[in-house]
Amino acid sequence: MKKGPKETEEGARRLSRRAILLGSAQAAIVATLGARMASMQVDQADTFRMLAEENRINIGLIPPARGLVYDINGVVLADNEQHYSITMTREGAGDVDEVLARLDRIIALDPERLEKARGELKARSPFVPVTVAERISWEDVARVTVNAPALPGVVAELGRSRIYPQGSDMAHVVGYVGPVSDYDLSQIDDQDPLLQIPRFQIGKTMVENRMERDLRGSAGTKRVEVNAAGRVMRELDRVEGIPGADVQLTVDAKLQNYIQARLSGESAAAVVIDVTNGDVVGIGSAPSYDPNVFVTGISTTLWNELNERDVDVQLHRRPLAAKTVQGTYPPGSTFKMVTALAALEDGQIDADETVRCVGHADVFDVRFHCWRRSGHGNMNLNESLKQSCDIYYYDIAQRVGIDKIAAMGRKLGLGERHELPMSAIRTGIMPDKAWKREARGEDWRIGDTVNASIGQGYVSSSPLQLAVMTARIATGRSVKPRLVRSIDGVEEPSGAGESLGLNENNLRRIRSAMYDVSNHSRGTAYRTRIAAQEFRMAGKTGTSQVRRITQAERDAGVTRNADLPWNRRDHALFVSFAPADNPKYAVAVVVEHGGGGSTAAAPIARDVMLQALYGGTPPLSAYPSASRSAIAAQQRRLEPLLREIRPGRDTDEA
Amino acid sequence: MSYLAYQFKDVPVGFRKLLFLNWPVVFLITAVSGFGFLMLYSVAGGSMNPWVTPQVQRFGLGLAVMVSMAMVPIWFWRNMAVVGYVIALILLVAVDIVGVERNGSQRWLDLRFMDFQPSEMMKITLIMLLAAYYDWLPLSKVSKPVWILVPLLFIAAPAYLVLSQPDLGTTILLVSGGGAIMFLAGVHWAYFATVIGGVIGLVTAVFQSRGTGWQVLKDYQYRRIDTFLDPTQDPLGAGYHITQAKIALGSGGWTGRGYMQGTQSRLNFLPEKHTDFIFTTLAEEFGFIGAFGLLILYALIIIFCVQSAVTNKDRFASLITMGVAVTFFLFFSVNMAMVMGLAPVVGVPLPLVSYGGSAMLVLMVAFGLVQSAHVHKPR
Repeated sequence: MKKGPKETEEGARRLSRRAILLGSAQAAIVATLGARMASMQVDQADTFRMLAEENRINIGLIPPARGLVYDINGVVLADNEQHYSITMTREGAGDVDEVLARLDRIIALDPERLEKARGELKARSPFVPVTVAERISWEDVARVTVNAPALPGVVAELGRSRIYPQGSDMAHVVGYVGPVSDYDLSQIDDQDPLLQIPRFQIGKTMVENRMERDLRGSAGTKRVEVNAAGRVMRELDRVEGIPGADVQLTVDAKLQNYIQARLSGESAAAVVIDVTNGDVVGIGSAPSYDPNVFVTGISTTLWNELNERDVDVQLHRRPLAAKTVQGTYPPGSTFKMVTALAALEDGQIDADETVRCVGHADVFDVRFHCWRRSGHGNMNLNESLKQSCDIYYYDIAQRVGIDKIAAMGRKLGLGERHELPMSAIRTGIMPDKAWKREARGEDWRIGDTVNASIGQGYVSSSPLQLAVMTARIATGRSVKPRLVRSIDGVEEPSGAGESLGLNENNLRRIRSAMYDVSNHSRGTAYRTRIAAQEFRMAGKTGTSQVRRITQAERDAGVTRNADLPWNRRDHALFVSFAPADNPKYAVAVVVEHGGGGSTAAAPIARDVMLQALYGGTPPLSAYPSASRSAIAAQQRRLEPLLREIRPGRDTDEA
Repeated sequence: MSYLAYQFKDVPVGFRKLLFLNWPVVFLITAVSGFGFLMLYSVAGGSMNPWVTPQVQRFGLGLAVMVSMAMVPIWFWRNMAVVGYVIALILLVAVDIVGVERNGSQRWLDLRFMDFQPSEMMKITLIMLLAAYYDWLPLSKVSKPVWILVPLLFIAAPAYLVLSQPDLGTTILLVSGGGAIMFLAGVHWAYFATVIGGVIGLVTAVFQSRGTGWQVLKDYQYRRIDTFLDPTQDPLGAGYHITQAKIALGSGGWTGRGYMQGTQSRLNFLPEKHTDFIFTTLAEEFGFIGAFGLLILYALIIIFCVQSAVTNKDRFASLITMGVAVTFFLFFSVNMAMVMGLAPVVGVPLPLVSYGGSAMLVLMVAFGLVQSAHVHKPR
């Protein structure tokens, strides 16, 4: 734009004026900075020089004690153990490599560990102590202390580490802790300064992981003065941290110990729920592992072994998986209660109405078979459940329809994620028409209903869900499983649940049929009944196929389970509650590829149930007389696997 | 003033231009940088590596760039203002999309042979654009709202992009530098009074509302502001550095502990001792005399720039010189205030002294403009 000379002149004058104004403001700021320098470097020089020369302030974190985990009787499941470790700071050491070399000469260091520590010393802030050696002996502590002048920045510290006194029994419930990793840090949005401590222990799985916030507590700080050599002169102040909250679980360590012992050798899971309040008193999964090996750092060999690196994938027994919540299986015949209850509630059947079983049924042009090829004859509700006839359920399921069956299944806790503080809990599948369209993009077929009616096809559920289902049938209430009894002494809400709103007469019919399964001579679980009058058990067997039986195979005669490779054998299931007239516990057992429910799962469920009811080893009189000698032999065999579990922490320390 | 209005016979030509450089500024820059080399040598524990050698090389390169730029007539740089600004803005957007992330902020472009920080380039091009704008705009329109909106947008666009990187220090430098040019160009002081008053009012409102029913921010946001303003509340984080910096600085005393004798920096108590916190080492080792001496050197650079600007009749030249001087001033005053605990830690290096390639080069380019303005003064 065109400008007149007058304007240009005025602009220049204004600019000069403002430039001088701005210059003056800058001069004022420079004067302030100079004054501040003078005040710090001239007036307060002595104070600062003293701080610098003799004493420097160091700030350290005090890690809080992690909360303990107890069982329902006060038995310690996760404890803190004191031990010595050697730490070192970069600013204290000066020449890190030289000091480490000297330390290595005094006490032999683990080379792998040393390399790690060296990296951490480089990466972390100079004042952060890095652990160089852990769990060292008292002699080594003494050696380091004596040589302290040659080892600047090296400190022997009393630390705590996690220990799981129950070993593998609780691995699938309590989980384990491990040093915080970069991956952990990227996964959690947590500003807690404790996580900056190298190798700080955080929960990795299960209760330790899911209840991390309660268990961890919060950090304290201490400010100390150190002299030029890095030696601590005195502590200025100290703000104690808040120790983590103690967590009491509903699990009974003694029962859990028995479950793990009883399941040993199998790939199986068992869940015991107290039906009166939803407490999960036993939740075992086999095989298991020792969580303590993860705390100290697991060796590659053991890690490969636990991950079954050298085992054919078909034979994997997954010791690291908690099959109770992470395994889902077709529930097989244990699902028949759901189908029957749906039909009764819908008014589609009368309990006395009969269906004729000839060993197979044709649905349109597809033939479906009963497990008994010769057929059961005329079946009513009670007989069909007792003898586990399949044809009866094919028939009634078609009348009720899948949507109502699925609704009943969900009401009883199937296909629902029960929120326990455990990791990777699976929801299972309670299929209905909408589900299939959503998940498979296909329409529901009548054959799907037939398969689902006996807990095959798309239906899948975890052992925990089966135990919840049984507890709900036993009580008629919507029992909610509960694993945590109290946090820091504050009790968690009970899981007794509200009434399900089911017709009590219908429930009674189902329960009485379940009673007959185990107490009537034609029942599928008669041989594994409880003989003790006051503890009679009601149950249901289940055998679920993991393969499809082809027509050719059927013609040739169905292969016996024992002749099949392990991974193609049927899963064995059993659900039960007892005492039948006044239910206390519900038990669900799944034995992977165990064969038949009545032979593989029911005996385990019965033994676990008795153990729970008696609060220890039951008398032989509780068993039917025919099996007493075998049971006695079994008890002798399990004896060495059972540990003495002392209840209460106080007695433990006394 | 168009370049046609220059009296060509009065503008030096060829190598004669060298005689007309603002030589005091050249000497002062060299002196300050020399101070920097000494300190980098010291914090490296008495070694040319890893910092001194590259820093000297970059300074040499920077000096050459500065002198070459001084040889080019100032009107050429004015004509480059718009192009430079647009390029810098495009690069800032590019950083937002494909930038390299380091320590949680995305500021760099990976140019294979070096990492380039477009926000550094923007510091100069923004000043250039604003100076060119006010050179073009008639004085009568300077205070008209519409004509104020335009430079505000010029400032806001890069400021927003840089703030989202996030880089608070550079954002502050951009906004204050831009504001300074607007002030110098003669925008009515009432605007500045309104903005400053508004900011003070807003801040007061935010803090006054704390704990009342109409609280503006969330509680945790207040806590973050608290630790930002007063790092001693966070003794494990920012507070640790500030405490150590103050101890180092204060313990220098009158004459310092002697070159390479500073225990605080020696014992690794200081963070970023070769970059943002290098002043503390200098103050520890050379004491009040050294620290104040550096402050005087900086002040002299500003004085010579202001002198050059005030006596320059070319409006663009004058504005650009002042703009560079203000930005330079903000650099060292914010850095010093920060390490002395007078201002929050925002991450601004000490100009010409802190280790850092792009910062050094950008400053030398800026002084190249100042020198060009000085050489091509209408006489």
